[in-house]
Amino acid sequence: MAKVLIIAEHDGSALNTSTAKCVSCAAAIDGAEIDIVVLAASAADVAAQAAEISSVNRVLTIERPENEHAVTAVLAPQVAAIAGDYSYIFGPSTTFGRDLMPHVAALLGVNQVSDIMSVEGSHSFKRPVYAGNAIVTVEAHADSLLVATVRVASWPAAAGGNSATIEAGDASVEVPSHTRYVGLESAASDRPDLQTAAKVVAGGRALGSEEQFGLIYSLADALGAAVGASRAAVDAGYCPNELQVGQTGKIIAPELYIAIGISGAIQHLTGIKDAGTIVAINKDEEAPIFEVSDIGLVGDLFSIVPELTTALG
Amino acid sequence: MEKIVVGLKRVVDYNVRVQVKSDGSGVETDGVKMSINPFDEIALEEALRIKESGAASEVIAVSIGTSDAQQQLRTGLAMGADRAILVLVDGDIDPLSVAHVFKALAEKENAGLVMLGKQAIDGDNSQIAQMLAAIWGRPQATFASNVTIDGDTARVVREVDAGLETIEVDLPAVMSVDLRLNEPRYVKLPDIMKAKKKPLDEIPLADLGIAGGPPIKELAYAPPESRQRGVMVDDVAGLVAALKDKGIV
Ligand SMILES: Cc1cc2nc3c(=O)[nH]c(=O)nc-3n(C[C@H](O)[C@H](O)[C@H](O)COP(=O)(O)OP(=O)(O)OC[C@H]3O[C@@H](n4cnc5c(N)ncnc54)[C@H](O)[C@@H]3O)c2cc1C
Ligand SMILES: Nc1ncnc2c1ncn2[C@@H]1O[C@H](COP(=O)(O)O)[C@@H](O)[C@H]1O
Repeated sequence: MAKVLIIAEHDGSALNTSTAKCVSCAAAIDGAEIDIVVLAASAADVAAQAAEISSVNRVLTIERPENEHAVTAVLAPQVAAIAGDYSYIFGPSTTFGRDLMPHVAALLGVNQVSDIMSVEGSHSFKRPVYAGNAIVTVEAHADSLLVATVRVASWPAAAGGNSATIEAGDASVEVPSHTRYVGLESAASDRPDLQTAAKVVAGGRALGSEEQFGLIYSLADALGAAVGASRAAVDAGYCPNELQVGQTGKIIAPELYIAIGISGAIQHLTGIKDAGTIVAINKDEEAPIFEVSDIGLVGDLFSIVPELTTALG
Repeated sequence: MEKIVVGLKRVVDYNVRVQVKSDGSGVETDGVKMSINPFDEIALEEALRIKESGAASEVIAVSIGTSDAQQQLRTGLAMGADRAILVLVDGDIDPLSVAHVFKALAEKENAGLVMLGKQAIDGDNSQIAQMLAAIWGRPQATFASNVTIDGDTARVVREVDAGLETIEVDLPAVMSVDLRLNEPRYVKLPDIMKAKKKPLDEIPLADLGIAGGPPIKELAYAPPESRQRGVMVDDVAGLVAALKDKGIV
């Protein structure tokens, strides 16, 4: 039996889909018995959602006021305190998991496997390196605890319909006060979430201004799509940072990705390798984005995008 | 704060299209351009700005690797680091050991800040800062896009999936920097000359008495599945038809 603990990602009320993706990865390990831990100020709502995920055995809740926001310095010692019962500890490759999991690994004196794409054996996995230009098969020590992050774009969310038991966990350790949450600035919108959307429309440097980036939002709305961007577009201030797709932004796997005025730098392509269909609109027929796109259209985005929006609207 | 320690990793330049070796033992590095990890240049730039603002007195560039990494440390010195330390290892070193090297140096130098990159663009691990914070027992502020030092604390804006998160940490602390934090300065010729005279100490890894974690073995490298170039359409009508064909719209 392989006991796996998954650290739930949530915002205090809703469970992030990244958690169900971690469950899919964990379930790929032979004989996996999967627990999820919810660390929160009050965990009931999130725990109820976690208990619905198929293949989950048990949901542990660890409630304390300090857990109101996800601060690694506070959460990691609690995770380490309950780690002893498990042979695997998984978290998502989102900024939440990337911040937390290596800290947990180091507290436990082990190395971490980052970004599991596939499970090859009980302790061997595939993961991307060099911005996804190489895939390496790694093998962790079979006798020691394994801490890992799961590359969320590689895994489907596990289905629902389960009703796992929910229990209070015990992690009464001291937590430091040297790291304090101040606030979050989020350009929250009603649009689909970039990381989980089936369709994504993304704009690059060619959009030229924040106002003109509005063309991307209009097309996205016509398609019911999420909005993404290249680093150049974010750096230029056309749109908020959380829309960045790529090596240092979000790695996504939508069914449809439309890249508009994006050249297709390696660092950007890393973020969309797993997309179903890639459409590129670019005025330069030599742009590298066309080498990876399923459907390409050469031309001026400022005439193409409004026409496409009307045609699809 | 007295000192800031900055990590400078030698990596394959970000413009290189890396090729997996035919025997699957790694990626081709023969004759390939090597550079400072781009995130680490940003970490160094930020450290220099903090020093220039008067909030720190010395910036120490650290690399862990073979003697080839002298090159990247010299560049760091030319950018403005006061001195450099090369921790010599031949062969591989596991991330937890790297974190222990930074801990040993941070303690030895009594550093107020350790500034690292958000990730090294070779292994794309994104682990060292977080591991260092854990074993050093100090705060971590990862993925920083804005840093303000205020006496014994720092306020850091972090790029997270939901937007921009602000945290406050007590110093000493560990930071890992994101790309939008700053734009690193260019190195000028006179600075390169001056850098030749700055101290660059070499310490064999064994001298630090470090024990990391059980290593994670790399069994084989392979190129990723490549995507095929698809069709080109002539106009919007053609694009819509192609999307309908695939049943996407
Ligand atoms: C360490 C590192 C990490 C990075 N991480 C990321 C990342 O996560 N994500 C990312 O995106 N980038 C990342 N980058 C940056 C990346 O290298 C590129 O600089 C960036 O992706 C370029 O953005 P772009 O395609 O919008 O701009 P450009 O490369 O300038 O391309 C603009 C494109 O628009 C086309 N165009 C111009 N006008 C029109 C028009 N009127 N109609 C149609 N097309 C037009 C041009 O032909 C061109 O192809 C990273 C870089 C580094 C060094
Ligand atoms: N060998 C090394 N030498 C110097 N700094 C390093 C080394 N390895 C990692 N780092 C630092 O740690 C950061 C994160 O690396 P990683 O966790 O490997 O992605 C890098 O951006 C560097 O600042």
